[in-house]
Amino acid sequence: MEVRREKLRALSPLEEPSPPVELRVRQLRARDLLRGDLEGPELEKHVEESVLTTTLAKAVGWGRANSIFPATFGLACCAIEMMSIVSPRYDIARFGAENMRASPRQADMLILSGRVSIKMAPVVRRIYDQMLEPKWVIAMGACSSSGGMFANYAVVQGADKFMPVDIHVPGCPPRPEALVYGFNKLQRMILGNPEPGWRRRYNALGTEEWARAATGKASREEVDAYAAARELRTSHESARSRGSRRGRA
Amino acid sequence: MPDAPGLELIAQELNEASDESVLGTYHEHGQACLIVNPQRILDVLRWLHGTPGQEYRFLSSLHGVDYLPAEPRFGVVYELLNMPRVERLRVRAAVADPGPDSLPELDSCVELFPTAEFQEREVYDFFGIVFRGHPDLRRILMPEDYVGWPQRRDFPVGGEPVIFTHNEREVPRWFE
Repeated sequence: MEVRREKLRALSPLEEPSPPVELRVRQLRARDLLRGDLEGPELEKHVEESVLTTTLAKAVGWGRANSIFPATFGLACCAIEMMSIVSPRYDIARFGAENMRASPRQADMLILSGRVSIKMAPVVRRIYDQMLEPKWVIAMGACSSSGGMFANYAVVQGADKFMPVDIHVPGCPPRPEALVYGFNKLQRMILGNPEPGWRRRYNALGTEEWARAATGKASREEVDAYAAARELRTSHESARSRGSRRGRA
Repeated sequence: MPDAPGLELIAQELNEASDESVLGTYHEHGQACLIVNPQRILDVLRWLHGTPGQEYRFLSSLHGVDYLPAEPRFGVVYELLNMPRVERLRVRAAVADPGPDSLPELDSCVELFPTAEFQEREVYDFFGIVFRGHPDLRRILMPEDYVGWPQRRDFPVGGEPVIFTHNEREVPRWFE
């Protein structure tokens, strides 16, 4: 069978699905490649079209971000909203996190859904310590982010006083959509491409508290982090000015 | 519900049974209340529990109150219920504050009402009122190493200010 390479070159892989004959052409070319029949520019072209290169860190991050096992762990009223994210209406299975594990040993994400009282804090910390690396934490709602309406003697004023928190989702309680959105932000963090959020909206990248080189109190690591944040900003801006998302492989 | 004359009768009989046990009574909104000398609280409860014609056998609630500017400062309130007659009677022990260095004390009523065990622990936890004769008096809701009696009126509420745009110049800059 004659291979119609002209047609193949004209067709972008992101456009319409290939007709069956194109698939057959690709199969034959792959067979040729394996036999060693493809040579020179033809081989180069085949590799360009059909092989994706990436770094190991990116590939691992892609796998981690799209297969997260949350711990079955509810603290208060936010837990009702958290439970509904696995329902068909919100369906976090679209993002690969529908499998709530009953044991922290099998989980890699903890959703702090509700206020943490000072008696509960050591328990939460212990559950967090029992989870295996890598692990992430979402503070859901005002109470676990800042104490919320419970500004009193019994409630910890923000869960990040005793454990690291990656994402804070505001709301009292947040809608399930908000939690799913926060989860998507966490996925971007895991992929190494965090969303700067309001700092980008207000053109304030590099003003993070930990990166204040100008105060003279910053350590060497903080100055490096400051430079990294600046670099991230320029890369974001150039990505934005490039515009189209479709061109990215 | 004992009506106002019935409440006075109960108070009179109690004072005859044990001296100086009832300090006062009031009858408001159809609710009867005896204000009782804290030294005699166990006698009063035992009399109400066991005397034929009274038989308040059910303790539906036990809780503490802090009336800080008033004297005596604390109240421990027993909500008694007679199940066959569906009559309720409130008994309030007026407990004085012995000062900042010691805790007020009161007799425990666990021997009469076993349900009082946890509720007395709760009153101890939040108000620091010690119940003499309680089998296992320790904190129940707050952590065991907690310091202070958080429901007392002179205990600080706690919490910390949240930085909003309207007060960010006033609250301490926690990140610096």
